[in-house]
Amino acid sequence: MIVMKNVYKKYPNGVVAANGINIEIDRGEFVYVVGPSGAGKSTFIKMMYREERPTSGEIIINGINLATLRNKRVPQLRRQIGVVFQDFKLLPKLNVYENVAFALEVIEAPPAEIRKKVNDVLALVGLTQKARMFPNELSGGEEQRVSIARSIVNVPKVVIADEPTGNLDPETSWDIMKIFEQINARGTTIVMATHNREIVNAIKHRVIAIEGGLITRDEYGGEYYEG
Amino acid sequence: MKARTLGRHVRESFKSIRRNSWMTFASVSAVTVTLLLVGVFIVIMMNFNHLAKSIENDVEIKVVADPAADKVIIKELVEKVQSTDGVLEVVYSSRDAELDKMIKSFGDELSLYKQSNPLGDALYVKAKDPQQTAAIAKKIDTYDYTYDVVYGEEKVEKLFNVLNMSRNIGLVLILALLFTAMFLISNTIRITIVARRTEIEIMKLVGATNNFVRIPFVLEGMWLGIMGAIAPMLIISISYYKLFELLEPKLQGELFQLLNTAPFIYQLNGLILFMGISIGVWGSFMSVRKFLKV
Ligand SMILES: Nc1ncnc2c1ncn2[C@@H]1O[C@H](COP(=O)(O)OP(=O)(O)O)[C@@H](O)[C@H]1O
Ligand SMILES: [Mg+2]
Repeated sequence: MIVMKNVYKKYPNGVVAANGINIEIDRGEFVYVVGPSGAGKSTFIKMMYREERPTSGEIIINGINLATLRNKRVPQLRRQIGVVFQDFKLLPKLNVYENVAFALEVIEAPPAEIRKKVNDVLALVGLTQKARMFPNELSGGEEQRVSIARSIVNVPKVVIADEPTGNLDPETSWDIMKIFEQINARGTTIVMATHNREIVNAIKHRVIAIEGGLITRDEYGGEYYEG
Repeated sequence: MKARTLGRHVRESFKSIRRNSWMTFASVSAVTVTLLLVGVFIVIMMNFNHLAKSIENDVEIKVVADPAADKVIIKELVEKVQSTDGVLEVVYSSRDAELDKMIKSFGDELSLYKQSNPLGDALYVKAKDPQQTAAIAKKIDTYDYTYDVVYGEEKVEKLFNVLNMSRNIGLVLILALLFTAMFLISNTIRITIVARRTEIEIMKLVGATNNFVRIPFVLEGMWLGIMGAIAPMLIISISYYKLFELLEPKLQGELFQLLNTAPFIYQLNGLILFMGISIGVWGSFMSVRKFLKV
């Protein structure tokens, strides 16, 4: 599903954010990526959806080799990956329904399909009642649910989340985790970078620890700790 | 592309034109001014060219034969000139006809020369290519029994030089103006893009193709170009019609004639519209390319 071989990433300013990463993540896994700030978690995640390209090494997602993937083909890759961010990235002028539908409109899905998929996914994240509300009328947790709905509306095989609970209070974070659990239960692979010790220690999954651009630990059902 | 998608792109492009009304106004004005200047310039250049053509066509070589030459020699000379490379036509004018012309233009005092006409017969020679006039004149000058060969050398050559130079300067100016307008459009589109950065980011994140992201901006640039072309087309067309109406009767019989309104004005309008669209599309392409790198 996701394979990285000797992935090395040096930013133009000289910072080495990945220093030989080797990893294999199977279909249906739920993986936490933990590590201190600046460890290289976001870089690790960005390379998966081709936001950043590795300086060297090989990355294969769903059988697509990102090293040889032509720029023209990047949209195809992204349609198979859902991405969730700490800051939600919703469009303020669109309501909840439109924000989710947007993801399908821009890949030119047929209108009937858009209606059905958006309604399904809004039900999944529990926002059917708030479909006509705008982002500024929502709580942070609700905004994140919209952004999760958008990431999965096209039924991706992988959902990648970069600190999705980073801006949320603990209680809301649990709600969000429940949604990720549900998505994972449907067979979707989940890779989540997080700082949230309570969550990692309570909801046990594979833990990949990164420090200084290197994987320092890789444990199934691991704990969150640094060093 | 599906009709639905195209409809969406068109709506999006109109939306951002409305949203950035201030920048829209600025860049449409820039295109308007540019195309107006370019249009006026083209009108002047085309008419100038037209004048040059008429003058070029009017340039002929006057060969004065040796007054001592007899009819047989003249006949041979005419044949020789006629068969010279590059000569289009030769018109023969007898020495008496030449004197009549002189009397006509300089007055009756010259009539007394009718007793013993000092002039030679004249041949008026036209070159196939007016630019070849000088070369042909030189050649004819080497023939026997030619007394004088004139064609207003300096004047013609200077005129050609001036025309060529002003054509080139005009082209450079036009290009500079077009680039300025293109730059302004490109700036407007850039502002649109910056204002919609998150939107673009999300579009690309969920797998919109580059074309899907790009087309609304390119359309926006195209609208700006078209809007900017409207006023210049109207202003130049109306002014030229008026000018033509006003000057045409006064220029009857003159060497200088204005270009006819049709098809010139239609062609010019087409050209202005085309330039508007081109600078709009190119301007947006340039800024989109910079911003939408994958
Ligand atoms: N676009 C960039 N250009 C230069 N350096 C970067 C860039 N993004 C991240 N870095 C650097 O790479 C290192 C890893 O960053 P990041 O992957 O964001 O870590 P994390 O998400 O674990 O905090 C940091 O030192 C950071 O400053
Ligand atoms: Mg990070």
